[in-house]
Amino acid sequence: MSETAGTLSLKAGERDHMQGLLGAAITLVEYGDYECPYCGQAYPILKELQQLMGDRLCFIFRNFPLAQMHPHAQIAAEAAEVAGAHDKFWEMHDMLYENQKALGMGHLKQYADKIGLDGASFAQELQEHTAEGRVHEDFLSGVRSGVNGTPAFFINGVRHDGSYDLQVLRAALERSLD
Amino acid sequence: MNSLDPNSPAAAGTPAKAISAGDSAPDFTMSCTPDQSISLSELRGRPVILAFYPADWSPVCGDQMALYNEILPEFQRHNAMLLGISVDGTWCHAAFSNDRHLHFPLLADFEPKGAVAKKYGVYREKEGITERALFVIDAEGIVRWSYVSPVGVNPGADGILSALESLPQSSAQEGKQP
Repeated sequence: MSETAGTLSLKAGERDHMQGLLGAAITLVEYGDYECPYCGQAYPILKELQQLMGDRLCFIFRNFPLAQMHPHAQIAAEAAEVAGAHDKFWEMHDMLYENQKALGMGHLKQYADKIGLDGASFAQELQEHTAEGRVHEDFLSGVRSGVNGTPAFFINGVRHDGSYDLQVLRAALERSLD
Repeated sequence: MNSLDPNSPAAAGTPAKAISAGDSAPDFTMSCTPDQSISLSELRGRPVILAFYPADWSPVCGDQMALYNEILPEFQRHNAMLLGISVDGTWCHAAFSNDRHLHFPLLADFEPKGAVAKKYGVYREKEGITERALFVIDAEGIVRWSYVSPVGVNPGADGILSALESLPQSSAQEGKQP
């Protein structure tokens, strides 16, 4: 039953937030939590990898908030998704990872202003939890894929169990091209 | 975790010695707090998940027990009771559980040390800790699925959920949502 452990259960698709194209040679899916310090460490590494790999890489981010451990993880994930509903997902994603220690409601509203969202409607959508279902869908897809902590990476659908420093991750991506 | 030698034969895949699907789950009584205990036989009538893990306080963010804590609502949908088990004592478990805000019991296989893990075939004599092993037991006390992970690898929860879904309706029906 566990033979398929560590395989992406929900394929990369149009529903996802991506940087790059779906048909790229390598698809890297991250399950992450905006308040997780290890995800924060991975954030600049991923930026560098994207630069190095260019259009061979399609990077996808899915939410995996560890809400019992990180009190702001859920609302931060919803904030990114609300921004995403207004085509500003990556702007908010970057803002959150660059300000991981400031994820209170007031901060989130400031970030919304900074990236050019309508502050009042952003706040209302957050309060109404319009993105809660989407975040939960991501979370469950991660559970069913064998996500075992954050950040969790899947390279062309297979869980990467090694470390996520630049060299290791890059080597794993290059290997998947063979 | 290198000293635990995740490549030892007993750590890879499902070793022959761990009890497996179809076996009757050995009964046990273990402390869950300094003054309370739980017996497996008390839980007859609902599915039980046993998660043996090497030690409290593993130094990672998404550690296995913290992950299961996040996924608890999914286990509860199947009316399943999750029990974490290690050789740590009750006061250690209490501190760990409190720190990680765990909402399920941690049982102390402490005295005689590892006695329950030995019954289930998942004790590592050399290191004096349990394997990282999962058992899903049905409402009648029969093991329906088991998995021993390499000790350094958190197995996630997808195997558990698949096993719960495969149980006959009768063992899970009470917890089914309309």
